[in-house]
Amino acid sequence: MSYVLIIGAKSDIAKEVARTYAKNGYNLYLAARKCEELEDLKQDIEVRSSVSVELKEFDITAYDTHKDFYDNLSEKPLGVIVVSGYMVDQRIAQNNWNESLQTINVNYTGAVSILNIVANDFENERRGFIVGVSSVAGDRGRKANYIYGSAKAAFSSYLSGLRNRLFESGVHVLTVKPGFVDTKMTENLDLPEKLTAQPTDVANDIYNAQQSGRNILYTKSIWMLVMLIIKNIPEFIFKKMSI
Amino acid sequence: MSLTSWGMYPRIKNKKTSLKSLQKLKEYMSQSNEFISFGNGRSYGDSAINEEILHVRQYNHFLEFDEERGHLTCQAGVLLSDILDSVVKRGWFLKVTPGTKLITVGGAIASDVHGKNHHIEGCFSECVEEFSIMLEDGEISTCKKGDELFLATCGGMGLTGVILTATISLKRINSQYIRQKTIKTSNLQETFDAFEAHSEQPYSVAWIDCLAKDENLGKCLLMVGDFADDGDLNYKSKKKFSIPFNFPSFALNTLSVKAFNWLYYAKAPNGVSKQKVGIDTFFYPLDAIGNWNRIYGKNGFTQYQFILPKDVSYDGLKEILTKISESGKGSFLAVLKLYGEENENYLSFPIEGYSLALDFKIEDGLFELLDELDEIVVKYDGRIYLTKDVRVSEDTFERGYPQIDKFREYRKKNNMREKFNSLQSKRVNI
Repeated sequence: MSYVLIIGAKSDIAKEVARTYAKNGYNLYLAARKCEELEDLKQDIEVRSSVSVELKEFDITAYDTHKDFYDNLSEKPLGVIVVSGYMVDQRIAQNNWNESLQTINVNYTGAVSILNIVANDFENERRGFIVGVSSVAGDRGRKANYIYGSAKAAFSSYLSGLRNRLFESGVHVLTVKPGFVDTKMTENLDLPEKLTAQPTDVANDIYNAQQSGRNILYTKSIWMLVMLIIKNIPEFIFKKMSI
Repeated sequence: MSLTSWGMYPRIKNKKTSLKSLQKLKEYMSQSNEFISFGNGRSYGDSAINEEILHVRQYNHFLEFDEERGHLTCQAGVLLSDILDSVVKRGWFLKVTPGTKLITVGGAIASDVHGKNHHIEGCFSECVEEFSIMLEDGEISTCKKGDELFLATCGGMGLTGVILTATISLKRINSQYIRQKTIKTSNLQETFDAFEAHSEQPYSVAWIDCLAKDENLGKCLLMVGDFADDGDLNYKSKKKFSIPFNFPSFALNTLSVKAFNWLYYAKAPNGVSKQKVGIDTFFYPLDAIGNWNRIYGKNGFTQYQFILPKDVSYDGLKEILTKISESGKGSFLAVLKLYGEENENYLSFPIEGYSLALDFKIEDGLFELLDELDEIVVKYDGRIYLTKDVRVSEDTFERGYPQIDKFREYRKKNNMREKFNSLQSKRVNI
């Protein structure tokens, strides 16, 4: 059975995405920094699903390693899912250049670096799928979270262009825009229950959307409506708001 | 935040801590006040609710599967649905499963849950080979059948420690389908006769129309069945439809319940009919509707489940059904079931006899009605199921459970009373 490569495999969303693809029979490459920490998850998935799971050391900001990383995969994956994300409190990011840079690099630059390589391969082979986990925060910059948001906005734009380019080669690109998700990244935030998704639900949504060839997935789906409203507030009002 | 159980009542402010690693749990254990473990929030009342909650759901790794023997070892936060997704394809099924698969293994042990095959296979603890549990002093103890800790923990509502991992034994199946027989009865005596006549069937459960009166009192659809043998194990769990918001509380009135019961009852042919149905349809009909608890409105609901000894079941049920029918308080779901022998666990619910479970939305006058039902249950030496309960009094509770003092003593002796508590454990003083 084919392999799926998950980039940023340590996140709570990635863990459930991995389980979901394994449940449906895919073998997995789980790529992350200090990937040995994923041994428990590898064991879990192999016991659950009898698929093969390989852990791969990968640093999304070590751009010059990406080509070798991809070339060294023994079997090229059928699909690549980029889940990497980095978010700190906006005030920390805006007062600390290194934090801003890290936010941009993990959420955008690094993703572009690895996906350029993947896209060329998939385009040549005329097969495969790419899933990028962006964020609703990229739909409009807000004072509460615009450094993270702008990096995700760039990533969403990149995925949109990539989808356009790869359409002719039959390679499908899915942009995922989660709203609030109950994960480590948000554990200190008091999230509204009705707008907050569980990682297992996000993973199922991603799997179903990818399998059915959807282009843009909001999860929970209510976020499509929420963001439609937020995107359409006139700027002269929006600039005075705190949301 | 305010985590609630399935009944969405009570709703109190609580502090949630997620169980991530043993080291962190040990620290939490020494620093926290009293708390209660919380699995997937499918118990109905306040048995997993307190001001401090230890959330175990993320502690959910599979550890080992011995495919020869059908022994699965996993962490306590694993859901039964995860187990089915993994093992059915390989020809295994849970020996004991309740009517929802969306509960954790830890919760299944703590409630010592049972299913449609209780009269044959007993409670969940029957299939627990061993489990590990962190005690109040931070030590991890592994225990097996026969240990006192096992007797106290299975059915012990999370009041003995934090269940960490378990090894459970599964049963072989050779199909993802169940051959089901549906028997339509027109009164309580016929219902009882039908249960007895089909007691050799491994799975059985009856849906009762609670609002039927007089000569129709106790009319039901009895569903019995067993796994087919066609070799088709290609199981995929059903996609679910979700109820996206709380219904206004007037949505569920006597009329709508009558309509529901009528539709459900009316769709079944008279007498005996046969069907071949999937695992999800047969075992977990309500799981197909995510958040079905929201139909009761934002004030929430409770489930009243009691069991009566077999020799007095008929009289007791008749009295209780009459009372409910007179009250006109609607129960969407009334489930009747024949149980087998009781086990030795201190607080497991099942005894040999008939149990009835009914849902009620929380409203004025409800608890008074339930208190009256309690009196009948006590009169017939019956007992109340803690996993569903949110309001039973200490007195009613303890009269149903002769081993309660052993449990209390055990908790006291091992300093568990200061550490592990739920709103329920304090209310019924265990």
